[in-house]
Amino acid sequence: MTRFLLKHARIVDPVSGLDAQHDLLISDGTIERIGADLSDTHAETVDLTGNIITPGFCDMHVHFREPGQEHKEDIASGVAAAAAGGFTAVACMPNTDPPIDTAAVVSFIFAKAAGLPVDVHPIGAITKGRKGESIAPMIELRDAGVVGFSDDGSPVHNTKLLRTALEYASMLNLPLIQHAEDPFLFAGGAMNESLVSTELGLPPISRLSEDAVVQRDLLFTEYVGGCYHLAHMSTVGAADAVRAAKARGLRVTSEVAPHHFTLTDEVVRGFDSNVKMNPPLRTADDVRAMKEALRDGTADAIATDHAPHAGFEKEVEFVYAPFGIVGLETAVGLAFTELVQDGWLTLPQLIEKFSTNPRRILRLPELRIAEGMAANLTFLDPAVKWTVDAATFRSKSRNTPFHGRTLTGRAVGIFNNGMLVLSR
Amino acid sequence: MSSLSIPHLLGLHGVPRSDLELILDSTDTFLEILDRPIKKVPTLQGVTVVNLFFENSTRTRISFELAERRLSADVVNFSASTSSVKKGETLLDTARNIEAMKVDIVVMRHAAAGSVKFLSERCTSRFLNAGDGAHEHPTQALLDMVSIRQKTGTLEGLNVCIVGDIAHSRVARSNIYGLLTMGANVGVCGPASMIPYRLEELGVRVFTTIEAALDWSDVINVLRIQLERDAGADFPSLREYHNAYGVTRRRLDTLSKDLIILHPGPINRGVEIESEVADGPSSVILPQVTNGVAIRMAVLYLIGTRAE
Repeated sequence: MTRFLLKHARIVDPVSGLDAQHDLLISDGTIERIGADLSDTHAETVDLTGNIITPGFCDMHVHFREPGQEHKEDIASGVAAAAAGGFTAVACMPNTDPPIDTAAVVSFIFAKAAGLPVDVHPIGAITKGRKGESIAPMIELRDAGVVGFSDDGSPVHNTKLLRTALEYASMLNLPLIQHAEDPFLFAGGAMNESLVSTELGLPPISRLSEDAVVQRDLLFTEYVGGCYHLAHMSTVGAADAVRAAKARGLRVTSEVAPHHFTLTDEVVRGFDSNVKMNPPLRTADDVRAMKEALRDGTADAIATDHAPHAGFEKEVEFVYAPFGIVGLETAVGLAFTELVQDGWLTLPQLIEKFSTNPRRILRLPELRIAEGMAANLTFLDPAVKWTVDAATFRSKSRNTPFHGRTLTGRAVGIFNNGMLVLSR
Repeated sequence: MSSLSIPHLLGLHGVPRSDLELILDSTDTFLEILDRPIKKVPTLQGVTVVNLFFENSTRTRISFELAERRLSADVVNFSASTSSVKKGETLLDTARNIEAMKVDIVVMRHAAAGSVKFLSERCTSRFLNAGDGAHEHPTQALLDMVSIRQKTGTLEGLNVCIVGDIAHSRVARSNIYGLLTMGANVGVCGPASMIPYRLEELGVRVFTTIEAALDWSDVINVLRIQLERDAGADFPSLREYHNAYGVTRRRLDTLSKDLIILHPGPINRGVEIESEVADGPSSVILPQVTNGVAIRMAVLYLIGTRAE
């Protein structure tokens, strides 16, 4: 019997209403006891003085590149990065090769992730081959275990297909996760359209590309009664639209990526392709709007859009570089630094954005830190000052704009599936 | 002569006025050399220059090559009509190869904005931007400024309007930055779809009719419509563009002043400019070409002899 005794941590679980300095005894992956001054001579004891134990964090938007592009990331390296970043669960996007549009690929991913400390939940494609032409076998994918549907990386632009997909997803009680982008407005773009794009002469991506699609999708969601999740929200306009839709009672949720509440498109001036992602970095007004959306609940989740690319792919001319950055190992640090320290979110709110809400959106079981429950935990050090060093990433890829940035607060470990992973 | 504050010429954005004045003032010396029977000086003897052109160019490459040879530099030409990425080698690999060949100065043109800056940060050679995407084409703007100054004596307070496809133009951007630094007033003119987002916030006047632009201007710089850059989607037809924005004798005759007319070439006669205007007395299009060689000699000299 494997036993772990976690000592001296502050245990915070908003769902159970728990916020107390306690010890926590885990036996065979289950929380056996929570209490003061526990001792167990057979248990591996971990001193978590100064740390916080929360319900396990869930990143509902990652790209693990397997099958097909394992030189960027594979499920094992992605899981290692997730664990190092404090996540016990991730939802991986279906833009693999082949894409996750059959039960066979779903089973492949589950097989690869079996026995690992991070739960990997596949998201199924909305359309066959992610081509936007005909609907994927959504019932078959649901039966195989997907937690949602998305063509992420590409939008569902065909309005008839969008309606059908919303109807199917709602029938299956799973979210339709939209990558909101207008392909005509987007075409060829490399950065946000702003004074910066004008000065640099880089092909611009107008905010209309996101705003117009979100507005349209919300009309469809209302009409169909669908269940819609907006991926990587990045604009003032999208946040306003989602806020209004929620007020009207629509079943709408949204996520924000750490780079969209941290950086503006001013950083593109250096032409470093590690600041190139899709949606692109926007303006200071948008960054503020993302923080406000997180604070007032318009944005339900923080999700990284972890998008690994090899150095040789990314270190090219800005316009030729692929979109995307890695995010798993910096997300919690950025959220503490930009959101908690600056008073945008309380610690319980941060836990909602990283754990409660993304799990609810994906219909994953609710986590509670209570005796008899499975131990699915994230350990945080809220006060530690640290400097991001991409060379230490567990991810196979290093494409981050945050290398060298000093952050306050980070995840220091997880416990899940009976396994303890410390990353201090 | 004093020396430049900048190690490379990547663009005119942010380049201090003292540097621009030094380049413009040095050009006279080199123009004088170009009038000699033997147009060659030993200034850059022993200096190796590579002309690294990833995008088709005839006039700019020849202009640079003449400038290099007249300064006695050793010249190597590297042309690739497609991007390095499409050929399989990355730009960074190309850069490392150049580095290994001990080249002193790289004159570079590339279809991607920022690519010259990208290489300059990864090599020890000095870089001159000969055009990067829609970003900058600094020597073109410098030769435009020299050509204007020869006619007016100063750039301070002049109204200079750039006419055409501003959104896709690196010439427009470099001119805007350089002219504003030198104290000129800058306008642009073209259909709204060809004016980049929020351009007026740079301190630029925006005209959407040619009549208003001509009325305001002392100098106009007429750009070619760059059909190869998909500008075709931004306006209905060349015929309509010519009718609405073409610089014609008839339009100039309604003015009570003589405008100075520039064009960076190549000219699409009968589209953005009428032949009679291009070849007329107000046009400085051919002096621009001569000035181009001189300004490139000046820049090569100032960059090539600048102390570390």
